[in-house]
Amino acid sequence: MESNKGLTKVDLIFEKVDAREALTKAFKMTNDEIIQQILESGLKGRGGAGFPTGLKWKYTAAEKEPVKYIVCNADEGEPGTFKDREILDRVAYKVYGGMAIAGKAINAKEGIVYLRGEYRFLLPKLMKELETFHKMIGEIGFDFRIKYCLGSGAYICGEESALFESIQGERGEPRNKPPYPTTSGVYGKPTSINNVETLVTAMMIIQHGAKRYTQLGTKDSRGSKVFSVSGDTPTPGIFELELGMSVQNFVTEFGDGDTKAVQVGGASGFCVPRKKFNETIIGFEGVPTGGSMKLFNSSRSMYNVLHNYLDFFAEESCGQCTPCRVGCQQLLKGVEKVKKGEAKSTYLNELTKLADTMKIASKCGLGQSVGNAFKSIVENFREEIIY
Amino acid sequence: MVNLLINDTPISVPAGTTVLDAAKKLKINIPTLCNHPDLCVAGNCRVCVVEQKGARTLIAACAMPVSEGMDIHTNTLKVRNARKHIVELLLSEHRADCTKCYKNQNCELQSLANEFAFGEHVFLDLVEDHNYSIDRSSPSFIKDDSKCIRCQRCVRTCSELQFISAIAVSKKGAHQKISSFHNRPMSHVVCTNCGQCVNRCPTGALVEKTYIDQVWDAIYDPDKHVVVQTAPAVRVALGEDLGYDPGQRVTGKMVTALRQLGFNSILDTDFTADLTIMEEGTELLTRLKKALVDGDKGQALPMFTSCSPGWIKFIEHKFPEFLPNLSTCKSPQQMFGALSKTFYAQKRKLDPSKIISVSIMPCTAKKYEADRPEMRSSGFKDVDFVLTTRELAVMIKQAGIDFRNLEESHYDSVMGDSTGAAVIFGATGGVMEAALRTAYEIVTGREVPFGNLNITPVRGMDGVKEATIKIEGCLPDWKFLEGAELKVAIAHGLVNANKIMRMVRAGTAPYHFVEIMACPGGCIGGGGQPIPTNMEIRKNRMKAIYSEDEHMVLRKSHENPEVVAIYKEFLEQPNSHKSHELLHTHYVVRETY
Repeated sequence: MESNKGLTKVDLIFEKVDAREALTKAFKMTNDEIIQQILESGLKGRGGAGFPTGLKWKYTAAEKEPVKYIVCNADEGEPGTFKDREILDRVAYKVYGGMAIAGKAINAKEGIVYLRGEYRFLLPKLMKELETFHKMIGEIGFDFRIKYCLGSGAYICGEESALFESIQGERGEPRNKPPYPTTSGVYGKPTSINNVETLVTAMMIIQHGAKRYTQLGTKDSRGSKVFSVSGDTPTPGIFELELGMSVQNFVTEFGDGDTKAVQVGGASGFCVPRKKFNETIIGFEGVPTGGSMKLFNSSRSMYNVLHNYLDFFAEESCGQCTPCRVGCQQLLKGVEKVKKGEAKSTYLNELTKLADTMKIASKCGLGQSVGNAFKSIVENFREEIIY
Repeated sequence: MVNLLINDTPISVPAGTTVLDAAKKLKINIPTLCNHPDLCVAGNCRVCVVEQKGARTLIAACAMPVSEGMDIHTNTLKVRNARKHIVELLLSEHRADCTKCYKNQNCELQSLANEFAFGEHVFLDLVEDHNYSIDRSSPSFIKDDSKCIRCQRCVRTCSELQFISAIAVSKKGAHQKISSFHNRPMSHVVCTNCGQCVNRCPTGALVEKTYIDQVWDAIYDPDKHVVVQTAPAVRVALGEDLGYDPGQRVTGKMVTALRQLGFNSILDTDFTADLTIMEEGTELLTRLKKALVDGDKGQALPMFTSCSPGWIKFIEHKFPEFLPNLSTCKSPQQMFGALSKTFYAQKRKLDPSKIISVSIMPCTAKKYEADRPEMRSSGFKDVDFVLTTRELAVMIKQAGIDFRNLEESHYDSVMGDSTGAAVIFGATGGVMEAALRTAYEIVTGREVPFGNLNITPVRGMDGVKEATIKIEGCLPDWKFLEGAELKVAIAHGLVNANKIMRMVRAGTAPYHFVEIMACPGGCIGGGGQPIPTNMEIRKNRMKAIYSEDEHMVLRKSHENPEVVAIYKEFLEQPNSHKSHELLHTHYVVRETY
């Protein structure tokens, strides 16, 4: 592991750029050159799962289908993230720019932004900016159109294949994989689906070059990332930080002096307790995050925190697969029983085994990651769950 | 071909094969639950998880296509623990009152529980946390949500095979359920009562509404005369519920068993199937004559068969503008019911109010059909109770009958004679073939020009079948059909019925006569048939049906001596006033919501 980088604020995502200039530059590049730049940058998906963006584009580009899609995942539903809203609000033209560049890279002529239903209030402004954008890329020579599709409030629709189903007007339930989106995505066509922030980052990489980008971050976690900071902090909000800092660096900057735990990556992420602040790197070599950073001070009951997450998952599981649908209910009711003293504390061990089963047997990422919060909270705050 | 290892045994299978099917080839059994060979892959129960070397998670064998160099293990500790958890999780949401359950010992969840979840369960019982409800509104089946394990087989059946989607998934997470439209009672949504969902439900969440006790009560009532009729498709499937392999004909044993159960008269729906051919064939020829000779443009053509009550309800809901195209003939079951309380009562000198008419059907929609208000033309409820093939098997077991060692015996008379043409009503294309055998002969005086009377173009499992028969050498009465090409089509499974109806609506269907059966394969694949039913089993039953036909001495409906006699003694002639009173019906326009 590289030594931690300390905390450095970066201004890349919200940096004002001349979109016309950036896109004109991209338009003159070949598909392969674009993909090569993104591959070299080491950019990984900013939604949380961290799949290398360049590879995703490369696979989709390799598909022979005449019709392909770029989908922008703006269904920002992870508890504690609100960065995509901010990005769309402030620099939507860069999201569109990233989509157009991705479209050129994979040879797609159509982009779809799947916008979280709760962000509907942004739509009039976004549409206006889209109109301007369409006009501009038309002048440059891009053959690319973007349209919007609104979600209706289901967390699961942020999962890529459930999102496709939702766009297609079906019930938002994850599909079996393979086939992966790069071969069969929305409407069964090869699709590159990227997070809002990923697309903006990709545009900035094309603008500044991969080399400059790789100077930021660590070997496994290149670049910077927008964090949504919330919880017990005097300075909640959106911050773009270089990757590679430790949780301790983060807490020093954002904590209130009494931070006992940080939930990194939202409900589906990991809980880092105070004793592990120093050794835990925020990034793919430590705890990955889609941006959600929630700080808890000593006034908080970690039982309540866990209960809240489990309640959320029991509600937001799509319900199709057994481990997730029933497992979430069992974890929730199980910790309630333990808390009330109606089940022995050792029952937590059985629930931990269940969390392990959910991790390996659930159909999609939702069920597979319920165990992250459960295990990291139960492991580190066991006494708070029991007493 | 793709090479992989399963439990260290190499195997080579075509690309696209699932891990589950590849394992089957090696005789390695991977348990499944949501998987059904008739339906698309769901991959949602997760019971079939197996370990793939190098993969981050377990994989669902039913949903994972093989890939080169895969190294699969189906029985590791990790797999066993996960399966045990999954089965226990399913059980924690399931009201496991097995001893009270109709599906006891014929339940896929119960079998899995036997294998994976005996002894103490780890997880909490969630049944009381769910506000489960039981829907008994349909006369055909009961939907008990407390038994539902959300495998969605029913949902896929209803949309993929039947194009109805009477039930669908609603809500999410802990509240997810299989629901009707706006959670209305099943009797008040677009549901055809076909029972295909019942046939595919792995648990007791969807079961037929059973009338076994009512039938026993009637049998034991000394005041009542209980007649029973058996549909053609029952005799080639009943054996499956009594220990036989699929495709065994058990007609003679079934008749003996019914006699031993105490029914007063064992009669055959095949008799009224033959009668249907006379009535429906005449109706078709009359419509053709009116259209071709009299130039009556108002004749509704193509004419559709009307034997399948699931299909009837489908067209009433979805294509009501074509109700005039339906043959006005009642189904053989209902013709039989009406005659049992009129003609039969007269012949046997019985008081019709003392007759209880029972039918054994491969079908759950028949229960609904018997309840229709139109079906009381005898002055009584024409058919009192409808039992499925499965319910009959239950009665035979309840009576302690050693079915396998029964002597074979014959149906009683009257209304027990039949022909091969009637037997094949049980398979898709059968009504068409029977109708052609008779109609062609009426018109030309000669047998249909197919070897051994087997009209092969209308047979088989294709979803939509078409055939054209050129009519030549007509008898003087039918000269107007000389040289005409009779175009027919056959569809089975309502998804295929929908295809034909779209063509009809678009005006692109060139047919004169169309046979439609609601269930895949026709009645042999009916919702009331033994579980499991799948393509392989349907094919076996179909073979048995055609072999039954070939073994009959008489194979044309108009040659049935009892049919000839009933016209002489009672009905006068096909489509007579009396026929119309008893054997024909009308239809109802129903809403689509």
